[in-house]
Amino acid sequence: MSILSLFVVIPALMLLGLWLAKNLSQVRGVMVAGASCLLALSVWLTIYFVQQRAAGNTDVMLLTASTPWFKPLNIAYSVGVDGISVVMLLLSSIIVFTGTFASWQLKPMTKEYFLWFTLLSTGVYGFFICTDMFTMFMFYEVALIPMYLLIGVWGSGNKEYAAMKLTLMLMGGSALLILGILGIYYFSGATTMNVNEIAAMHNIPVETQKIFFPFIFIGFGVLGALFPFHTWSPDGHASAPTAVSMLHAGVLMKLGGYGCFRVAMYLLPDAANELAWIFLILTTISVVYGAFSACVQTDLKYINAYSSVSHCGLVLFALLMMTKTSCTGAILQMLSHGLMTALFFALIGMIYGRTHTRDIRYLDGLMKIMPFLAVGYVVAGLANLGLPGFSGFIAEMTIFVGSFENADTFHRVATIIACTSIVVTAVYILRVVGKILYGEVKNPHYLELTDATWDERVAVICLIACVAGLGLFPLWASNVISDAVGPILANII
Amino acid sequence: MGYSQFLNMIPEAFLVLALILVFFADFSLMKSERKNAVLSKLTGALLICLMLLTTTVSPAQAFGGMYISSQAANVMKMILTLGTLIVVIMAQPWLEGGSQIVNSKSSSSKYSGEFYLLVLSTLLGMFIMMSSGHFLLFFLGLETASVPMACLVAFDKWKRNSAEGAAKYILTATFSSGVMLYGLSFLYGGVGTLYFDDVAQRIAYFAQYKSQLPLLIMGLVFFFSGLGFKLSLVPFHFWTADTYQGAPTPVTGYLSVVSKGAAAFALMVILVKAFGPLTQYWEYLLYIVIVLSITIANLFAIRQSELKRFMAFSSISQAGYIMLAVIGSAQVGMTALMYYVLIYVVANMAVFTVISTVEQNNGGTTQMSSYDGLYQTNPKLAFLMTLALFSLAGIPPFAGMFSKFFVFMAAAQQGSFWAYFVVFIALVNTVVSLYYYLLIVKAMYIKQTDSPLPTFTTAGSTRLALAVCTAGIVLFGICSCIYDYLFAASATL
Repeated sequence: MSILSLFVVIPALMLLGLWLAKNLSQVRGVMVAGASCLLALSVWLTIYFVQQRAAGNTDVMLLTASTPWFKPLNIAYSVGVDGISVVMLLLSSIIVFTGTFASWQLKPMTKEYFLWFTLLSTGVYGFFICTDMFTMFMFYEVALIPMYLLIGVWGSGNKEYAAMKLTLMLMGGSALLILGILGIYYFSGATTMNVNEIAAMHNIPVETQKIFFPFIFIGFGVLGALFPFHTWSPDGHASAPTAVSMLHAGVLMKLGGYGCFRVAMYLLPDAANELAWIFLILTTISVVYGAFSACVQTDLKYINAYSSVSHCGLVLFALLMMTKTSCTGAILQMLSHGLMTALFFALIGMIYGRTHTRDIRYLDGLMKIMPFLAVGYVVAGLANLGLPGFSGFIAEMTIFVGSFENADTFHRVATIIACTSIVVTAVYILRVVGKILYGEVKNPHYLELTDATWDERVAVICLIACVAGLGLFPLWASNVISDAVGPILANII
Repeated sequence: MGYSQFLNMIPEAFLVLALILVFFADFSLMKSERKNAVLSKLTGALLICLMLLTTTVSPAQAFGGMYISSQAANVMKMILTLGTLIVVIMAQPWLEGGSQIVNSKSSSSKYSGEFYLLVLSTLLGMFIMMSSGHFLLFFLGLETASVPMACLVAFDKWKRNSAEGAAKYILTATFSSGVMLYGLSFLYGGVGTLYFDDVAQRIAYFAQYKSQLPLLIMGLVFFFSGLGFKLSLVPFHFWTADTYQGAPTPVTGYLSVVSKGAAAFALMVILVKAFGPLTQYWEYLLYIVIVLSITIANLFAIRQSELKRFMAFSSISQAGYIMLAVIGSAQVGMTALMYYVLIYVVANMAVFTVISTVEQNNGGTTQMSSYDGLYQTNPKLAFLMTLALFSLAGIPPFAGMFSKFFVFMAAAQQGSFWAYFVVFIALVNTVVSLYYYLLIVKAMYIKQTDSPLPTFTTAGSTRLALAVCTAGIVLFGICSCIYDYLFAASATL
């Protein structure tokens, strides 16, 4: 058994532990122990990976292992990581760890909440370690369905509607995926479902690729908030409880980008080349439209959700630009967006927990009342609008430079249009920061509110450290990523 | 004729012995208080022996190929026996506690012996269906299975619904038998034999020279329609909802799982074995019926508020999914079909066990509104129901997702445009079905109600049945050994 399987085994043990836990402190204990183990494991994995690369190990995937599962159907449980999966695993572990602390005070039914939360993270980890299409798809769906209950039971606002909309749209996406997977499997004539082996065969006829590429790209694109399939995202995020929003925007939406790259573009490269322009137009719309929509929202979570649509659109945009720099930027953007959105949602959740409103028209002067949270919010905002020193700058810079490397007019015009989103982002971020944090406190009740508790501080400080860390020392991450992007792009171009 | 040939029919012979044994036990315990408990344990034990027995039977033939006992047939028998076993276990509280629902005069408990006898005799009929190599023996088996089934449906005969359902069932059953016999007469007129193998040979011969084809196709269509009634495929489904609603809940479970499973096995075996050379003609018939069954049943299911009617439509659409497996090649398709039925057995029986328990504790109603807030008062029951519904909807890591994926794989293996189209329609429908399964989950977890069903303790036998079903739901998917076993068995078809 490969050591990567621990990423699935530990959450499974956590599920068992939660099942047996008798009271709140045992539940918390299991969660903290498990999340810490996973964090440690992913940090170790990152270090190991960097060392292996430094030592000259040039295999496409490291730590590969494969166990036949449903042999007659050529389905195997095969695992392996490249640079992209390593950083995604690291991101997931950070979000799960901080998400645990962000939902420390959650009531009622804490145990059930963490059960579904852990099941969701099992799916996420499993998806990132697997290289077999069936197994990937299985974990993908495992990650989706707990969202229904997490939002429906513990959410707020119009939660039943939002939960159902989200689940059905994402499951609709995964229905398209099944068809795409079957198409790839049968038309490649492969006797394996392993992504790398099918990619190496490279023998699906171009016409067939063009049929199945939209299925897979849209299937994953729904989760990556591809316009016009993004409508689940604002409602879903707005209704979800804090930690679920964090996990969802932070990690789950990355499954979409990762899948588009690893399955759609890697396995159907010719179609990716020919059809990219359609999806480039759609993603450009996502980027700009998301940013403008965020400008007119009054609910903090809606603002962030639309901002996520814009930023996740940028991920798909950069992937479709198909230069090494832009794809590296895309993965960096996934990492950066995951961290700062999680930070944002965590802070919004904490503010909402105190003020019981997320409407920016009723919030003012929070800097005086809860300085810790307010400063955190400013940091998150600055990272989001791409201030140098934070992760957002690194990612967006790489993306736009990479995109502009394409010499033709169409790509350059698209890049320029997408670039405008940076300005718009600054508009909505600064508007919110100015409105809710500064100025006089008009509502006297707010004066009695307290600043962050210790568990909240843990979550916020961890995330800020990561955002700043990635912004100040981006080179290790971009090296790890661009190493992995190379082989996939080589297949496409 | 040597009587030693009967030795090749060990499962059937054992079942006849079991019938006699249960009959005498019923007779001698007539006055005893513990009659029901003893009979239930006796029948359960006999069924377990039968299951073990079916694994040991070696392939053989009897009566000149009329009776064929292949490995595949034995596995099918085992699956049917498993379903029956669960029905027998979960029916016990209903048989004992019938008096609590209505007045004591019309209790079912005094007829409990008949229940077991009728169940065993329908099972005997299905066994004969599975093993027949000749259309007449098959027809005998079918009748043996359906006449006692009508008695079972009418078991609560003092209830108007039950009697009505039984009348509908018996009328449809006889009508469909008539249609089928009519088709068989065409077939006999066309090829002059009713042995499956000979029929296939001669059809192949005629198909080659395009002679007799209209007659044969008429025979095929009528035969298909006859079995279509049993499987309640659209457009032969009109009896289903009323019968399912009227029948006592354990009988509805039996009807929807075991009876349907047997019909599905038989249909696949006969289409592949006897009508194999006519594949190009029944293929399109099958496509249309599948698309109609899945789509129409799903649309009807959305609007149901009575849970047994709801499950009736759900089971019609599941029958459509089962039939998808027939599109593919013989071995992969047969395996997918057996696997699907096996998992459908455990998942659907889990749902019916919960329905039956709630019905008994709720004054005999099966409205969906009685599930509002069930999680607050009976969390374990609600949780197991959720798992079963997720499995029916095809959500991993529960077994239903595996079986759904495998029937899609089997169908897509056929490779034509229309096969992919049917798979696509079926996939879109999984989203619809997820919607209505989630409606129940929503009722149990999310809906707020002032008067949820009070907490109640479930009977030991209910727990046992649920434990068996849940173990199946969780393990049958992940443990690939079961799939491998079925795959090996289906090679002998």
